Amino acid sequence: MIEVELTYLIVLCLLILSIVLCIIRVFRGPTAPDRVVGLDTINTLVIVSMIAYGMASGSVIYVDVAIVYALLSYISTLFIAKYLEGGEF
Amino acid sequence: MTISDVVDLIAIILLAIGAFFNLLAGLGLLRFPDVYTRLHAGTKCTTFGAIFICGSVVLLALKMWYFGNPNGSVLVIHTLGALIAILVTNPTGAHAIARAAHRSGVKPVGAVVDDLEGKPVRKSASKRKEAEK
Repeated sequence: MIEVELTYLIVLCLLILSIVLCIIRVFRGPTAPDRVVGLDTINTLVIVSMIAYGMASGSVIYVDVAIVYALLSYISTLFIAKYLEGGEF
Repeated sequence: MTISDVVDLIAIILLAIGAFFNLLAGLGLLRFPDVYTRLHAGTKCTTFGAIFICGSVVLLALKMWYFGNPNGSVLVIHTLGALIAILVTNPTGAHAIARAAHRSGVKPVGAVVDDLEGKPVRKSASKRKEAEK
């Protein structure tokens, strides 16, 4: 039977490849909202890869960090969107 | 083929679906022509892929719990918490970015009619009070 932990590490490599594609968009993006979209996608991919690595290594602490990272990145995305919009808080 | 092997196989299939959709997100972000279509690819595909990868983790953690590993129950509950956090925060963040992009003047590529053109921007509560005075 296939080793499941090895499969998780392969999936982790694919997620890192996807993060690299998003980083290319962040550097190339012609307007500011393009870069924000790239950063938002990178945040979600980092959360998912933290969960996958937490399962592969069998330690729960990575999943806890992922929850906190999700909420903080949500707040930062909202702030950047409000800044682009030019309104008051 | 025992029940443990069947659970492993289902978990691997779920992982493959999740990784495929996350790769599609990166590819769509790189290839689509303007902000709104990139937002569509980058948000929906990652949310869908996250559901499948978290489902695979929950399945394997339930198996660990069944075979007496005490880490399993904690892993199930915390992964479900992270999944709920992703499901709540990802669409609302995407909506905020799309609204900010439209109000900062980015037009969709190839758009002929903009239905929101010239509509009054909703003011915040403090400005509305000042205008009423």
